[in-house]
Amino acid sequence: MMRLRALVMATLAVPALAGEIPLAERRSDTLTMSSELRAMQADDAANPASFSVLDGEALWRVRAGASGKSCADCHGDGAQSMRGVAARYPAFDSASGRVLDLEAKINQCRTERQGSAALPMESRDLLGLATYVGRQSRGLPIVSDDPRLAPAIDRGRALFTARQGQLNLSCAICHDDHWGRKLGAATVPQAHPTAYPLYRLEWQSVGSLQRRLRNCMVGMRAEPYPMGSDEFIAIETYLMSRGRGLAMETPGVRP
Amino acid sequence: MLRLILALGAVLLGMAGAGAQTLPPILNDAMPASLTGAPGDVARGRAIVANRQVGLCLLCHSGPFPEERFQGDLAPDLNGAADRYSQGQLRLRIVDPSRINAQTIMPAYYKTEGLNRVLGPFAGKTILNAEQVEDVVAFLMSLRGEKTP
Ligand code: HEC
Ligand code: HEC
Repeated sequence: MMRLRALVMATLAVPALAGEIPLAERRSDTLTMSSELRAMQADDAANPASFSVLDGEALWRVRAGASGKSCADCHGDGAQSMRGVAARYPAFDSASGRVLDLEAKINQCRTERQGSAALPMESRDLLGLATYVGRQSRGLPIVSDDPRLAPAIDRGRALFTARQGQLNLSCAICHDDHWGRKLGAATVPQAHPTAYPLYRLEWQSVGSLQRRLRNCMVGMRAEPYPMGSDEFIAIETYLMSRGRGLAMETPGVRP
Repeated sequence: MLRLILALGAVLLGMAGAGAQTLPPILNDAMPASLTGAPGDVARGRAIVANRQVGLCLLCHSGPFPEERFQGDLAPDLNGAADRYSQGQLRLRIVDPSRINAQTIMPAYYKTEGLNRVLGPFAGKTILNAEQVEDVVAFLMSLRGEKTP
């Protein structure tokens, strides 16, 4: 009898796991922010990440490395040639047979084409270039239709739904099953990658999507994957597939 | 006699540090015996529940904490917990809620097995120690009949 009651209570308290958010209900996490933050994100003059875009725009033209070439020497005006690029990254790289996110692709161009050194993750220069390239996709829908991404998407989905850390949570528990709810003071977002890199008030700086993933893992008391790892890139690839069709917003602002 | 065995058990647990291997028995959906052999402290339990780095409870739950502005809504209100559950039922729900609901999202506060990729400083450790679990149980047992509107 006791056992039956416990069972009934448990079933009442916990709705069956919801699974992936239906496509029609997927929407930008910008919409759950205060109107002040949304206005700050939308207005280039107020958006603190605009400095990062300007850093990137300047670096785009700086000749460097053994080639003595700048990004612009190969790609021309970024505002034209980089339009839509960030909306389809991470992408499959035929040369290496790997899936690369935007930061990894930028570093591949630096080391293999420009003949300069790879930029450290989260460095001002790498965030600048990624934010500048990302800005050229603002308003364009995420595209995730390359079948060669399937293994990375599947791996990312498996990592997203796996329980981990001392708190034994999964990304999906929060972001698929409880989005819109209050986790303490924070509204749990759907976790779309549309606005990255972005300026986060809590960080007092611009940061990448991987930095955000790292924060969530530390919050679960799970050992984060190394920055730039295939695991993080797989999660990013899955998030882009999960957010396909949503408009890019880089550079975003978050609380 | 039972008390002595439990007290000995607690000493052994203390020596094992973080280990939670030798748990008191589970009867139906309850763990009737104290982990330490002693009752917990209501005020200390309240402080643990309210602390977002220690108990983490208010990230998901709400409760009678007028001074805490931001309380979660991923889980039921803790008000009236003692009306709904016995002390032993509450203890098992803190020690290892997955024993009651395998799919629960509530962390097991006194368990180290079955976890993946636990962050360095927390590896092999329970979220709360035995004494803290008893303090939380004592606090929950004080929550009667005042469901917040
Ligand atoms: C316990 C709940 C919880 C878990 C587990 C969790 N997150 Fe989050 N996540 C949050 C919250 C809350 C935020 C928003 C914080 C804020 O902006 O105030 C967030 C933010 C994000 C964002 C940024 C969304 C945006 O638009 O800024 C992404 C992406 C994300 N999480 C992905 C993940 C992934 C991937 C995992 C697993 C590795 C994960 N999260 C695990 C609670 C969680
Ligand atoms: C990550 C979310 C989470 C955290 C953190 C959490 N809980 Fe829970 N708790 C739940 C959920 C969800 C339930 C509903 C039953 C279930 O799913 O097992 C629950 C159920 C309970 C119940 C039974 C309530 C009822 O009315 O059925 C009690 C008591 C409880 N939790 C106390 C606590 C205490 C005390 C803490 C901190 C020491 C805590 N919880 C931390 C999610 C959480």
